[in-house]
Amino acid sequence: MNVLEGVRTFFRRDQVFDFLIPDIPPDLDLTHGIILYLEGISVSFDGFKAIDNLNLYIDDGELRCIIGPNGAGKTTMMDIITGKTTPDSGSAWFGQQINLLKMDEPEIAMAGIGRKFQKPTVFEHHTVIDNLELAMTGDKRMWPTLNARLSGEQRDSIDEILNIIGLQKLYQDRAGSLSHGQKQWLEIGMLLMQNPKLLLVDEPAAGMTHQEMDRTAELLTSLAGTHSVIVVEHDMDFVRSIARKVTVLHQGSVLAEGTMDEVQNDQRVIEVYLGE
Amino acid sequence: MLGILALVTVLVPMCNLLIPQASPLHISTFTMTLLGKYLCYALLAISVDLVWGYLGILSLGHGAFFALGGYAMGMYLMRQIGSRGVYGNPLLPDFMVFLNWQHLPWFWHGFQWFWFAMLMVVVVPGLLALVFGWFSFRSRVTGVYLSIMTQALTYALLLAFFRNEMGFGGNNGLTDFKDILGFSLQSDATRAGLFIASAMALGAGYLSCLYITRSRLGKLCTAIRDQEDRTRFIGYRVENAKLWVFTFSAILAGIAGALYVPQVGIINPTEFAPLGSIEIVIWVAMGGRATLYGAVVGALMVNYAKSYLTAAMPDAWLFALGALFVLVTLLLPQGITGLLRKKEVNK
Amino acid sequence: MCLSPKSTRCYRILLILTLLSFLPFAALCHAEGSEVQFQEGINLLTQKDFTKKEAAIEKIAESGDKRAEAVLRALLEGTLFRVKKDNSIVYGSKEGSKITITSILTGEELGSVKKRKAKKITINNALRTQIKNELAKIELSNPDAKVRLDAVNKLMPTLTIESSDLLANLLKKETNSEVSDALKASIAIIGLRSPEKEKRLLSLTELKGNLNPAVRNELNRLINEEQDKAVLHKAKSALSTIESKIAFFGLVEKGFFGLSLGSVLVLAAIGLAITFGVIGVINMAHGELIMLGAYTTYVIQQLLPDSIGLALFLSIPAAFLVSGLAGIVIERSVIRFLYGRPLETLLATFGISLILQQAVRSIFSPLNRSVSTPAWMSGSLQLNPILSLTTNRITILVFSLLVFAGLYMLLKKSSIGLQVRAVSQNRAMAKAMGVRAARVDALTFGLGSGIAGIAGVALSQLTNVGPNLGQAYIIDSFMVVVFGGVGNLWGTLLGGLSLGVANKFLEPWAGAVLAKILILVFIILFIQKRPQGLFPQKGRAAG
Repeated sequence: MNVLEGVRTFFRRDQVFDFLIPDIPPDLDLTHGIILYLEGISVSFDGFKAIDNLNLYIDDGELRCIIGPNGAGKTTMMDIITGKTTPDSGSAWFGQQINLLKMDEPEIAMAGIGRKFQKPTVFEHHTVIDNLELAMTGDKRMWPTLNARLSGEQRDSIDEILNIIGLQKLYQDRAGSLSHGQKQWLEIGMLLMQNPKLLLVDEPAAGMTHQEMDRTAELLTSLAGTHSVIVVEHDMDFVRSIARKVTVLHQGSVLAEGTMDEVQNDQRVIEVYLGE
Repeated sequence: MLGILALVTVLVPMCNLLIPQASPLHISTFTMTLLGKYLCYALLAISVDLVWGYLGILSLGHGAFFALGGYAMGMYLMRQIGSRGVYGNPLLPDFMVFLNWQHLPWFWHGFQWFWFAMLMVVVVPGLLALVFGWFSFRSRVTGVYLSIMTQALTYALLLAFFRNEMGFGGNNGLTDFKDILGFSLQSDATRAGLFIASAMALGAGYLSCLYITRSRLGKLCTAIRDQEDRTRFIGYRVENAKLWVFTFSAILAGIAGALYVPQVGIINPTEFAPLGSIEIVIWVAMGGRATLYGAVVGALMVNYAKSYLTAAMPDAWLFALGALFVLVTLLLPQGITGLLRKKEVNK
Repeated sequence: MCLSPKSTRCYRILLILTLLSFLPFAALCHAEGSEVQFQEGINLLTQKDFTKKEAAIEKIAESGDKRAEAVLRALLEGTLFRVKKDNSIVYGSKEGSKITITSILTGEELGSVKKRKAKKITINNALRTQIKNELAKIELSNPDAKVRLDAVNKLMPTLTIESSDLLANLLKKETNSEVSDALKASIAIIGLRSPEKEKRLLSLTELKGNLNPAVRNELNRLINEEQDKAVLHKAKSALSTIESKIAFFGLVEKGFFGLSLGSVLVLAAIGLAITFGVIGVINMAHGELIMLGAYTTYVIQQLLPDSIGLALFLSIPAAFLVSGLAGIVIERSVIRFLYGRPLETLLATFGISLILQQAVRSIFSPLNRSVSTPAWMSGSLQLNPILSLTTNRITILVFSLLVFAGLYMLLKKSSIGLQVRAVSQNRAMAKAMGVRAARVDALTFGLGSGIAGIAGVALSQLTNVGPNLGQAYIIDSFMVVVFGGVGNLWGTLLGGLSLGVANKFLEPWAGAVLAKILILVFIILFIQKRPQGLFPQKGRAAG
C-alpha cells in the first residue's frame, strides 16, 4: 500500500518535483519605507580593511549622494550591494525580505538593483540600440532570450530612453565609437532600461560637459521618488546640485551624514578632505 | 553562402553519378568524398566559431566532441558488419574477438539500431559538454585556464581511448565498415548520399547558428565575450548562456564527426589529439572569427592546403601550419573575411 | 640414481668439515691431497654421465685448489672443453671455426684445434644449481667482504641443515658486521628446520624483521608445516612484521618514484610558471624548448663521445643558452606584439611549437636519439634487500631542487629578480619607476625558456630524445602550473611534487594510463573549486 501511495504522490500531476520549483526570491517588501539596509559590514583584502563596520540605510525613493576621498570604500560598497564581493561579516537586505548576501549578481540585478560603473562599460561591438535592448527588463532566461522579438511597446520605451539620453540620432552606431560622455549616457540609458528599484550610479559626471552634467542632475532628481538612487561622485558642484542627503565615507565606514551644508561644516569631514 | 552550398549539393553528386567518366565535367568519387570530408570540417569549424568567435571561449577540445560523434557512428557501422568480419562473429566486432572477449560490453548495446546511434551522436558529446561546462562556467573559469582545461579534457579522452580495455578498439579504432542503413559504403550512390547529407547538415548547422547569433541570445553572447561582468549586472545568467551555447556547439561537432566517419571509413583515437583540436581553431582564425561564413571558408582553405601539401611536400605541412598560426594571429586578427571587409570599407 | 641428494650433500659437507676442522693439517698436506683430488675431479668431467659430473664438481670444489673456482665458472659458462684426441679437459674459446685452448693445470696456451676436435662439457639445470652453490661456498672465504656477502645471499634460498656448522664456523671468523648478520640469518633459517622447538623459537627471534626474500619463503613454509602452536604464533608474527616492513618500504619506494616524477614535472613546469606568472604569457612552445635542451645534450655528447660526464655538465649551461636565446627570439619576434591578448598568444606559440618540432624532425630525423648516461649516474643505491633507488633519479631530484633554489634566489635577491617581480605586480607602476619593462619581458621569457632547456638536459637522462619529447610534457606542465597557482614558485614546487606522488600512488591501483586520466580529471574538478590554484595570488586585482 505504502509503495502504491508513494508512487501516487510521486506522479501527482498537480505538483512538480521539488528540485524543479524555481527559486524565486520574495517580492520587494518596503513596508518600513527603507529600501536598503547595510549593517555592520566589514571586508578586508590581504589585511587591508576596505570596509569597516559600515552601516547605511537608504529610504525608498531617496536620492543619496556618497562622497569620500579615494580608498574610502565607495566602489567596494557597491560591489557588495551588487554581489560582486562577499563581505567578511555583516548583513545586507534589500527591503524587508531580500537577503542580498545570499544572491549572486544576476539575481540581484533581477531583484531590482541596477548599477552604472565608474569606468563606462558598454558593449562596444554592439550598436546603441542593441545595448539598450540587452539591458531591457524582461525574461532573461536563455530560451526566451533566444526567441525574443521586440514588441511595439518595447520599441517605444527604447525610443523614449534614446530621447532621454540624447542618442536618438546615433542609435545605429557602434557603442565603441561613442565619445566618453556619450558612453556615460548610454550606460545611464541601459540602467533606465533595466527599470530597477534601486540605482547605483558611480561617478556619472566624469567626462561630461557642464550642460550634460546639468542634464544628468536633472535626470537623477527626476528619477528619485519613483526610484531610489545612490550616487557616488567626486565633483562637489554636481553633488551640491542634486543632493538632499549626503553620506561621507572614510576608511570604510560612515564619517558623517546629513545635508550638504551640514557635512561641509563638519569638522571631521574638513580634516579628512583638507588634512589638518 | 547558402546558395553556393545548395548549388554544390546538387551539382557535385550529379557530376559524379550522371556525367560519364570520360567527360571533363565528371567528378570522381574520390574527389566527392574529399569534398564531403571538407563539408564535415566546415560544420566543425562553425561549431568552434560559435563558441570562440561569438562567445569568447577558446575551446581546444572540440576535436573530442567531433571524435565522440564519430565513435557513436563508428559503433553503429561496426554492428552493421555482423558476421562478415574476419572472425565471423555475428555479435562481437573483430577486435573484441581478438581480445578474447565473450560478451558485448553494455555500452555497445543499442548501437545496432540506426536511430539509437544517431541519438547517441547528439547525446554523448552534448552530455559531456553539459557536464564539463556546468562545472567550469559555474565556477567562472575563463580565458586561457578554460582553454587549457578543454585541452586536458581531450587529452584525457585520447589516453582513455588508446586503452584496449575501454572497448573502443584501442589504437586501431573502428574500421572495415561495410554498409550504412543497408547501402554499401563502397558504392558511388551511397557516397553521393553521404555527401548530400553532409551538405545538408552543414546548411542546417549554418542556419541554426545564424539564427542564434542574430537573436538576442547571440547579442548576449557577444556582450559576454566583451564584458562578461557587465552582463551579470544587467541580470543575465552568464553561466547558463555559455553552457547552452557550448553544448549546442558540441552537438554540432558531434554531428560533423558522425558524418565524417562513414566517408573516411575509420575512426581512431588520434581524432582526440590536442593538435587536431587546435587545428580547428586555426581554420576559424584563418577564415575570420565571429563570421560564420568565415569559419567555412577557413576550414575549406586550410584543409585544401593540407591535402595538397601533405601529398606534395609532407615535411612542409607542419612548417606551413605553424607559420599559419603565427602569421594569422600577428597579421590577420580578423582573418581573410576581415581583410575583404576592410577592403570594401576602404572603397 | 645411486645416491640420494641428501646423502650426497651429507658426504660433501662432512668432507668440508673435515677439511675445515683440520685446517692446520690440511695446510700441510695441501700440496698433495688437494692436487690429487682436483685432478681426480677434472678427470671425472670427461665422463658423459651427469651423476659422474656431479661427483666431479664436488671433488673439484672440495679440493680447495686455487684453480677450482675458475674451472667451475668455466663449466657454468660453457667454456670448458674436452679435446677428443687425448681426452684432456681445457679452457676454450671459439674463434670462427677454431677453438683456442688453454691448459687448466698450468694456464698456458696450447694453440688451437678445429671445432670438431673438441667438445664442450655439457651440464644440466641440476648441475648448474650445484655449481652455483659450490661457487658460493668458495666465495664465502673470499677476502673481499662484498663477495662474501653476495655469496651468503646467493646461498640463502638453498640452505640445508648440513650447512649449519659450516656457516657457524665462518661466522666465528667473520669480521664484517653485514656478512656476519647475513650468516646469522642463514643459520637461523636452518634453525627453523630443527626438530627442537626451542631452537625454532630462537631462530624466529633472530629472523624477526629480516627482509631477505629467502627468510620470507622459509617462514611461509614453516607456517604451513608447523604443528606447535607457540612456534606457529611466533612465526606468524615474525612474518607479519616482515610484511609490514615490506609494505612500508614499498610505500617509501612509491613515494620516491612519485617525488622523482614530480621533480621532473617541477623542472618542466617551473619555466612555464615564470613566463605565465610574470608576463602572463601562455607559452605552448615551452615543451619544444625543453626538447631543444635535450637535443643540445645529444649534440654535445656527439662532439665529446669520450667524456660523457663532462659533456653532461657542459650541456647544462649550453642548453640554458640555446633555449634561452630561442625564447628571446620568440619573444621579440612574435609574443611582444600580442601582449594583453592571451588567447592569440596561445595560438601563435602553438604555431612556433609546430615549426620547432618539424625543424628538429628535418634536421635530426624523426627517430628517437638516445643520450648515454655517465657511469656515476647509472646504478642504484641499495638500501636493503627490497629497497633500491636508482642513482639517476636521485640525481635529477637533487638537481631540480637545486634549480628551484637557484631560481628562487635569483628572483628574490637579485636586482633583475626585483624588476621582474615589480613588472609582474604592477606593470604601469614599474615602468613609471624606470624599469624597462620590454627588456624585463624579454629577459623573463629568456629565463623561463632557459630553464626549459635545463629541464631538457635532465629529461635526456630519463627518456629518449625525440621530436615529440616536448608534447609529452606540455600538458602535464600546464596542469602543474594551474594546480599550484599561477605566479607562485612554491605552488609550482608543491603542485609538481604532489601530482607526481599522487600519480605514482594511483598507478598500481588503476594502471598508468588511468592514473594519468584520473589526475587530469581531478585537476579539472579542482580548478572548478579553486580557479586560482593552491596558492592564489592575493589582492584586490585578483578578486
